[in-house]
Amino acid sequence: MSELPPFVLYFISAFLVVASRGIVRKIILLATPVIAALHIGLNIDTGIISTYSILNYELTLMRTDKLSLLFAYLFCIASFISTIFALHVNDTKQEIAGLVYAGSALGAVFAGDLITLFIFWELLAISSVVFIWARGTERAIDAGMRYLIFQVMSGVFLLAGALVHYHATGSLAFNHIGLGSTAGWLIFIAFGIKSAFPFLHSWLTDGYPEASVTGTVFLSAFTTKVAVYSLARGFAGEEILVYIGVTMACFPIFYAVIENDLRKVLAYSLINQVGFMVTGIGIGTALALNGAVAHAFSDVIFKGLLFMSMGAVLYRVGHINGSNLGGLYKTMPKTTVLCIIGALSISAFPLFSGFVSKSMVMAALVKEEYNYLWLFMLFASAGVFHHAGIKIPYFAFFAHDSGLRPKEAPVNMLIAMGLAATLCIFIGSQPQYLYSLLPWEVNYWPYDATHVLTQLQLLFFSALAFVWLNKQCLYPPELHSTNLDADWIYRKFLPAGIHRGLIFFRKIKESAMTAAIAPMHSIRNSFSQSYIAKYHLSESWPTGSMVFWISLVLVAYLILDIFGSVL
Amino acid sequence: MSDKDQKKYLFDKPGNVKRLLNGFYVVCILLVIADFIIYRHTTMEWENIPAFYAIYGFVACVLLVVLAKKMRTVVMRKEDYYDE
Repeated sequence: MSELPPFVLYFISAFLVVASRGIVRKIILLATPVIAALHIGLNIDTGIISTYSILNYELTLMRTDKLSLLFAYLFCIASFISTIFALHVNDTKQEIAGLVYAGSALGAVFAGDLITLFIFWELLAISSVVFIWARGTERAIDAGMRYLIFQVMSGVFLLAGALVHYHATGSLAFNHIGLGSTAGWLIFIAFGIKSAFPFLHSWLTDGYPEASVTGTVFLSAFTTKVAVYSLARGFAGEEILVYIGVTMACFPIFYAVIENDLRKVLAYSLINQVGFMVTGIGIGTALALNGAVAHAFSDVIFKGLLFMSMGAVLYRVGHINGSNLGGLYKTMPKTTVLCIIGALSISAFPLFSGFVSKSMVMAALVKEEYNYLWLFMLFASAGVFHHAGIKIPYFAFFAHDSGLRPKEAPVNMLIAMGLAATLCIFIGSQPQYLYSLLPWEVNYWPYDATHVLTQLQLLFFSALAFVWLNKQCLYPPELHSTNLDADWIYRKFLPAGIHRGLIFFRKIKESAMTAAIAPMHSIRNSFSQSYIAKYHLSESWPTGSMVFWISLVLVAYLILDIFGSVL
Repeated sequence: MSDKDQKKYLFDKPGNVKRLLNGFYVVCILLVIADFIIYRHTTMEWENIPAFYAIYGFVACVLLVVLAKKMRTVVMRKEDYYDE
């Protein structure tokens, strides 16, 4: 029993969901994460390795240590909260996708070899795209297709890397890989696509805002966090990750400031938060790695909470453009308060979850003397508060009165957001429980006078900047717009380039044809006028008869050859 | 619907907004004063600048917004840019 992989529970539930209806189906959906979490908590210890043979190959379906267990708990919590949030949705496709998606994430974090990882990697891709397509709009279907191409491409890199790795080392075990080989780089790119490295990130900001109201909540929890887990296992301490992480933390905040679609703002801030995790993994010390995974833990919950609150607004209002929202606190006060708790958590206010996890990465940067990068990360921290902490709640719930008076969010949504908000405050004020789950031994406590004071100064004066800019009318207004990002390369530049290229080649072909056909005509004309043209064989014949004559000649050769050798 | 529109909410009264902002300014001032009272342990040179974090937070956010606004001139397109 102890060796039953938890993903099996999710996959069985997916079948049960197909066979059931109504209230029974809802009970199955809610019970699955609870049973899986109990199973992991009671039966699964660290140090289990269990394999399963298929076609002479051993798949390591279970390899447990504190790192995989931490993510397993996280994914159970995330799927439980997201399921409650989506409880009102009666869409079999999304319900099955939710189970397969969360189950695959669990499968991936327990995968002990690269092939098992690859299988769950692709299952994550296929199941998650359902949430984008579920929106049903043409934009969503296109965005889903682009999302899927990226995800599948990531899987192809992973498989290629795994095979090269096997060829070179004779092993497929998924442990530290490093960047010392071609295989290492291939796998690194695979993980990089899924964790939204710069220039490989546009699937996220393109796809997530197009997903269904409840779908984005699921999406935000699993894909990037499985990638963060994989990076932590395979590439801890690779210094390039520090620079990639800092870039990820810094560039999206500029986009977040000018973006109008508030779910897209959150998608950019998701990349920013993953930047902190990637940086921690790159530093590679026990403190930094603990910081990275602890931040993944708190991020799933507060980012989920923010996506849920924006989802609730989208559900009630029908759109999520900052330019057309405002004043919603009047009729959605509970959602407002819950959103603010998420905003305080992501901004790393003391007593909220971001504070106790992000600070470990920051402390590790100082300890390893990345002084200038630390300044960039401090800039990113202030920026997070600016765009996610203030902008999201301000433009949705306050700002100018849009005149919209939507109803408060449905009860199931409020319960889901309430659970997430409680966890945000619990983790933030009682961090010892999260710290005891962390994989590496480290002695760290976030609450000391200096840290609390400096963080409060940073945040309050960031807020002061917002107030001042608003009063001076310097703050950029929310505008209906599209902001060009890396996806421009393949959505406009390459298609336009290919289009122009095709026109160019067509012109070349035409002029070449006219140039070539003219002399051919004259040759034919002069031939038909010559006296040879009067012979039977020089008439124009169908291809079939030509083939017939050629084969006749070949047969003659063959016969001559056989008899020639006999004689 | 009409009596709903006439209902006054918390921030409809300018006085409340003002009270909130004044409270906020007071906290900001207290945080700077605290910087001189509470001993801060520092590891980096620039941390020794008085109220370093407050200044940095303010400057960082103004810079962020100004640069982002400038960025709009380069990257901003119509909302249906990709649909054409």
